[in-house]
Amino acid sequence: MTKIRCKTSKEIGGMGHSMKRKEDARFIQGKGNYVDDVKLPGMLYMDIVRSPYAYAKIKNINSEEALKVPGVVAVVTGRDLEKYNLHWMPTLMSDTQMVLPTDTVMYQAQEVAAVIATSRYAARDGKEAVMVDYEPMKPVIDAHKSLDADAPILRPDKEGKTDNHIWHWEAGDKEATDKVFNEADVVVKQDMYIPRIHVASIETCGCVANYNKVDNHLTMYMTTQAPHAIRTVIALVAGHVGLTEEKIRVISPDIGGGFGGKVPVYPGYVIAIAVSFLTGAPIKWIEDRTENLQADSFARDYHINVEMAGTKDGKIQATRFKVLADHGYTDASANPSKFPTGLFSIGTGSYDYNNAFMEADAVYTNKPPGGVAYRCSFRVTEAVHAIERITDRFAMEVGKDPAQLRMENFIKKEDFPWKSPTGWEYDSGDYHAGLKLAMDTVGYDDLRKEQLEKRAKGEWMGIGISTFTEIVGAGPSKDFDILGIKMFDSAEIRVHPTGKAIARFGTKSQGQGHETTYAQIVAEELGIPAEHIQVEEGDTDTAPYGLGTYASRSTPTAGAAAAMAARKLREKAKKIAAYLLEVSEEDLEWEPGKFFVKGAPEKVKTIQEIVFASYTNHPPGMEAGFEATHYYDPPNLTFPSGAYICVVDIDPETADIKVRRFVAIDDCGHIINPMIVQGQVHGGLTQGIAPAMYEELIYDEDGNILNGTLMDYLVPTAVESPNWETGHTITPSPHHPIGAKGVGESPTVGAPPAIANAIVDAVSHLGIKHLDIPITPFKLFKKLKEVGAIS
Amino acid sequence: MIPANFDYSAPSTLDEALSLLQEHGDEAKILAGGHSLIPMMKLRFASPAHLIDINNIPDLSSIKEEGDSFHLGAMTRESDVEHSEALTGAFPIFADVTKLIADPQVRNMGTIGGNLAHGDAANDHPAVMMALNASVEITGPEGTRTVGIDEFFFGFYMTAVQPNEILTGISIPKQRGKVGSAYHKAERKVGDYATAGVAVQIATDADGKCTYAGIGLTNVNAVPMRAKRSEEALVGSDLSDELIAQAAMMASEDCNPSADLRGDEEYKRHLVKVITKRMIHKAIQRAK
Amino acid sequence: MTMKKITVKLNGAEHSAEVEPRLLLVHLIRENLNATGTHIGCDTSNCGACTILLNGKSVKSCTVLAVQADGKEITTVEGLATAEGLHPLQEGFKENHGLHCGFCTPGMMLRAVELLENNPNPTEEEIRWGISGNLCRCTGYNNIVKAIQYAGAKIRGDELPSTEPEFV
Repeated sequence: MTKIRCKTSKEIGGMGHSMKRKEDARFIQGKGNYVDDVKLPGMLYMDIVRSPYAYAKIKNINSEEALKVPGVVAVVTGRDLEKYNLHWMPTLMSDTQMVLPTDTVMYQAQEVAAVIATSRYAARDGKEAVMVDYEPMKPVIDAHKSLDADAPILRPDKEGKTDNHIWHWEAGDKEATDKVFNEADVVVKQDMYIPRIHVASIETCGCVANYNKVDNHLTMYMTTQAPHAIRTVIALVAGHVGLTEEKIRVISPDIGGGFGGKVPVYPGYVIAIAVSFLTGAPIKWIEDRTENLQADSFARDYHINVEMAGTKDGKIQATRFKVLADHGYTDASANPSKFPTGLFSIGTGSYDYNNAFMEADAVYTNKPPGGVAYRCSFRVTEAVHAIERITDRFAMEVGKDPAQLRMENFIKKEDFPWKSPTGWEYDSGDYHAGLKLAMDTVGYDDLRKEQLEKRAKGEWMGIGISTFTEIVGAGPSKDFDILGIKMFDSAEIRVHPTGKAIARFGTKSQGQGHETTYAQIVAEELGIPAEHIQVEEGDTDTAPYGLGTYASRSTPTAGAAAAMAARKLREKAKKIAAYLLEVSEEDLEWEPGKFFVKGAPEKVKTIQEIVFASYTNHPPGMEAGFEATHYYDPPNLTFPSGAYICVVDIDPETADIKVRRFVAIDDCGHIINPMIVQGQVHGGLTQGIAPAMYEELIYDEDGNILNGTLMDYLVPTAVESPNWETGHTITPSPHHPIGAKGVGESPTVGAPPAIANAIVDAVSHLGIKHLDIPITPFKLFKKLKEVGAIS
Repeated sequence: MIPANFDYSAPSTLDEALSLLQEHGDEAKILAGGHSLIPMMKLRFASPAHLIDINNIPDLSSIKEEGDSFHLGAMTRESDVEHSEALTGAFPIFADVTKLIADPQVRNMGTIGGNLAHGDAANDHPAVMMALNASVEITGPEGTRTVGIDEFFFGFYMTAVQPNEILTGISIPKQRGKVGSAYHKAERKVGDYATAGVAVQIATDADGKCTYAGIGLTNVNAVPMRAKRSEEALVGSDLSDELIAQAAMMASEDCNPSADLRGDEEYKRHLVKVITKRMIHKAIQRAK
Repeated sequence: MTMKKITVKLNGAEHSAEVEPRLLLVHLIRENLNATGTHIGCDTSNCGACTILLNGKSVKSCTVLAVQADGKEITTVEGLATAEGLHPLQEGFKENHGLHCGFCTPGMMLRAVELLENNPNPTEEEIRWGISGNLCRCTGYNNIVKAIQYAGAKIRGDELPSTEPEFV
């Protein structure tokens, strides 16, 4: 196993050092600058009237009383926006979405009208006074019924639409896979539902749109994970009213958690821009929590049928996946364009077999649109849950220990790069080492003994494993784009004469610690101390173009760009050093922070001296200055992996479930900052236990959300969240400049099946083979009742 | 989320508060800890025209041992109850229950009187007060009257407190003999309202015979509920495991839970059975 | 509706304001007094991002009216550090990576101030229950627990625990 490597001194603080975060100073002193902290002169406030119905005709909107409320300046409806052709907008998946409706509302909490006022309080009072006359219609809520012959056609606005089907998608070889299934000894099947959930970042979404009429310029402060892409989208939507791209500046200030929920463009942003455009005043819109939970993009909501075929002695031979995807009223996913199911096809897992077939159909329903890649590289969470659950089902069926079965089926270390049955080339991995470390850490064999002893006494404990392969770092330009824009990312490094630098990126941190880790990458490559490298992101006027931060792509793309830009500068430094030392470049050797003459280490130029020379004494014929930019187009995705083991105890009387231990071994390649990587894993694990045991957006048959506040949408506290035990193996990515892979979402992806597997394992002796997440004590109780295991 | 507008008074005496209540009638609401009322106002489920803030009235917040009983001022904060060694020493049930009410910040504001006066069967103190056989002091223009806890809760969010009255205190009798108490609720996560909760106080004589049994149930009935049949089964008995199991079964039969996101009727009855049994045992174990 | 004149002491400095009775304390702090370190996360007193100290007690300022703070002392994150430097909790959070996005952090630290005052040497379990009114969506709480333990040790004058990540 490779150790975390530190090639630089602690003073330089390159890769491998647990450097304390540079951004923390402002956050711990209340000096962060989040969007609701932005205050501009003359600013007006917007509040949004929302639909109480899931599906209804709007017969009338009466603003009269609202306009009488002191402080209310205007009430804006879809009819008002229609005059400027701003009442519709494209989604990232080339579907369309209402900004404000002109005649029909399609989901509960949909935006219906906007109230503009001189204060937050007046806007709220105005909203209360807007009278909307609705004619409710019977909505389509159950995805399974959306294609029924008698289901209403929800999108007659889309030309030629005769049903609620959005798209069909396939991957793998159907014929060959079916053949293996037909001939297999053992086939296990499972229907499972990956519930609709919400990112519920503690900061909601919001913006301050500031259109300046005099110079026809829009500054948009907004909670966005992808400021550059947003600028382009605004230009595409509003170009026809004169807002062309050079006149738009998107500033993404500090973001209070994103997790994919701050990738899409929500109607509120567009309304704020339109109103600022029309009034010339800055418009602030900040969602409250109910709006955030009820209207912003959901995640998941995949109904999956998964099957595994194999031999009696436990060799996996093939898998089949069939998905029904509920997208709500419009396909507002945040996927790369060519991937309607995102990277779901990673679902063949960490196992060595050659046949798989996957298909998916997406449908419209009268629920909020989505779904976003919630801390997930586009539907990987759904795929991993399916494969890791069905692997356990298969192990149970053939009577093998799930750890042993996995060990016997893993792709071997020496077989990488490995071509998956759905066409991915896994870059690297060492799955056996990961699982072994996890088993040793948790004490697997002893736990199995304890489980048997406990069962004999009527006590229930379970051990659950998940050994997942992730796919992140979207992505190579041959396959990956969003609205046509290739999914590269960028870095620009400018070193000042005194050897201190500013580095700018096309990504945008929402808590991942970019200001520290990017500085460490540059420090690693140039030897300039990380503390002297200022990292800046989020301002489209200053940062190089990039696609933003989501899907664990920052390190694989912008992190690589940082290394590549720094290497360009090191090349330049070498030339300058050769000039200064009057030797040829070949005679020079590099060690972090300096070039010296081979065999004569006293003849040395530090990076600081070299940079200074680039401004004061640069070689003839060379461009002055010390600055480089790189747009990194990854040759492949990266494939982080993990081995997670969860131990649960279940109260046989109440069905209460307690996570006793959780060991997470992650392999994200070379580690930039162990402290931050570990922190990412901790956080992702809590976001993994959340859907596994607590969270789900629940709708009744009329489309009313039943848990649209944090009173009932159960975000885990420090009490539900166990003490996470973490560790790592290191299998560097062979194609990434610094061998890193990305880590942020691995734990969110890997934890739910480990927990579900543990709970099922605890009660498997009672004949229970599967439970859908979230597995609550109530749900488990009902199942135990059903099998007669609880009186 | 922002409440609708209202007028606000913060009287510094009880008399002043009562005359404001008299003046504003139904339009007025009493503001105690505010952690039920203000969220409802922010969601605009409640829009009182006048708030009478009783936080500035001295003497409403106190925990006093008075001979055979403890007296709690209505404005005693949950956190004061939680940290009162005298009270949690005499009644460990208060340590159990306060830990499970919302969270520390809410407990710094929330008051024991407000928890009762809200009349919500989902709140925890109603069941506790039933188990302890407390009585409630209500002050109005005519003076102070005392109402037994069984006569306090009337219906859905309705209590014996009349629109011109204020709940001012709670009196908890000390039972004789060896006395123990315990509370637990099943909750979806910490700070949640109970899926089902059970409060128990048991007293035994020198021979181990049960001389007192109080059992209150949380959130499994439209109004806070006493498990009367269970109590009767225990009093006079020797508290055998079998009898305790029977008493627990009776509680689960007698409650009337309704299905919601927390669970269905069957599950809640089941929880009442299990938790009642466990809390009786725990109360007995703690008896001293 | 009658406006009310109130006077509060925010982090030691006295401020007077004429306010609507419905003005929430968190809005008084953020908008009238421009101390934006206190955040709003949920509106229903579940998340704790708006936690401040009111006369030394941690409360959720989104569920307290500004008029209720009349005559009282308010401490927010801006008031934690002193001329001598960072508060032990601020140091603890930074040294132990107790924050990612930073949005819940001020409320979390203010809650922990009172927690440590009541219990200077809390167990992990006591810390977890003690911050159960504060949601964090980023950290998974492990390092917040460590940060509070670190601050406790610093306040007590004990040896400081290691801040190295416990990576297997």
